[in-house]
Amino acid sequence: MIDFHLEPRSGVAPYMQLVHQVQQALRLGMLDVGDQLPTVKQVVAKIAINPNTVLKAYRELERQGLVAPQPGRGTFVTATLADASLDAHAELGTALQQWIATARAAGLDDAAIRALFDTTIRKAPR
Amino acid sequence: MNTPVLRADTLTKRYGKHTALTEATLDIPAGRIVGLVGPNGAGKSTLLALAAGLIRPTSGHIEVLGRTPAADSAALADVGFVAQDTPVYAGLSVDDHLKLGEHLNPTWDGAFARDRIAQLGLDPAKKAGRLSGGQKAQLALTIAAAKRPRLLIFDEPVAALDPLARRAFLQNLMELVAELDVSVILSSHLIGDVERVCDHLIVLAESRVQVAGDIDDLLAAHHRVVGPRGTLDTLPDGVQVIAADHTDRQTTLIVHNTTGRPLDLPGADTIGLEDMVLTYLHRAEGIGTPTLQETRA
Repeated sequence: MIDFHLEPRSGVAPYMQLVHQVQQALRLGMLDVGDQLPTVKQVVAKIAINPNTVLKAYRELERQGLVAPQPGRGTFVTATLADASLDAHAELGTALQQWIATARAAGLDDAAIRALFDTTIRKAPR
Repeated sequence: MNTPVLRADTLTKRYGKHTALTEATLDIPAGRIVGLVGPNGAGKSTLLALAAGLIRPTSGHIEVLGRTPAADSAALADVGFVAQDTPVYAGLSVDDHLKLGEHLNPTWDGAFARDRIAQLGLDPAKKAGRLSGGQKAQLALTIAAAKRPRLLIFDEPVAALDPLARRAFLQNLMELVAELDVSVILSSHLIGDVERVCDHLIVLAESRVQVAGDIDDLLAAHHRVVGPRGTLDTLPDGVQVIAADHTDRQTTLIVHNTTGRPLDLPGADTIGLEDMVLTYLHRAEGIGTPTLQETRA
């Protein structure tokens, strides 16, 4: 079982924060196929958020094929993110390093690079 | 479940010459946790008292769960109301409160009430006057929930509580909502709390509803638009300017996109709930945005 937390000032929608935390736990192997997620009641009693927020997060995880509800029992992990995504990390990291080198060569400092990254990721459609 | 939890049509309440609520028109679907925000004296308590049936409108119309508030015993049983500062009877014990609740409410769930009190660790023999602020709030919440209403109304439930007691109260409230299938309307000054627990928002200021809707929809429809001065003078139809701020080179707008389509404007960005609410409150007070003097480059 994992625990959720909420960062009010992060600017990320609360349900997305829960989705990210499950994804992160799947990547790091803290959650595996067959594990149960906390019930809605457990989550809201712990971090005082709207039950619909938890339901929305679980629906999104279901849409991503990561979890599935079992009526009367709870929500269970059906897929893991550990292997595939960790492989991708290395490759993406290398590409990002090259990009950062290019940006620095063009005269951008770290703050400018972060600002550019943040603006671009906000504009990029999902 | 399809009956709206609250529907108001040009709902108005006057006390003599003073208008406490002006032509409020609202349509709140069932199953929501509604946050009612606004400055002191905006009309929040008046709206909540109208919804609970404690007062009658001067004009206009209000329906709660499809009925006139407090019209009959069924309408009364449907709604649990906790007034400001979660009042309890100081001279009565916790257990007396439960007995009183049982005698006064035909739909009382005694087992539920006792379980909650035990879970909260409240001593049934203790006089309510000797409980802490947080415990009084929890007792009032338990009593309101034990009548098993379809709507719970709270007027500033956490305003007087310290941060720990506030969080404990909200945890308990959210657990009840998950368990009981109940709608909630609560007023609060704390937009952070509202963002955390609510999924529907009503902004009230100067006795008028400034904006209302599901929070996700509101956030998706409000934008901050920044552009060179003069480029934002004409906007697409259905895009309302809530606030405008100009420097000699730049214009910053807060807009409400009511078209139902994505906003296609360069320089448009999302806006947080707190900024959105504050923009409406400032507009209602007629003092523009709280920012930026004319800056010269």
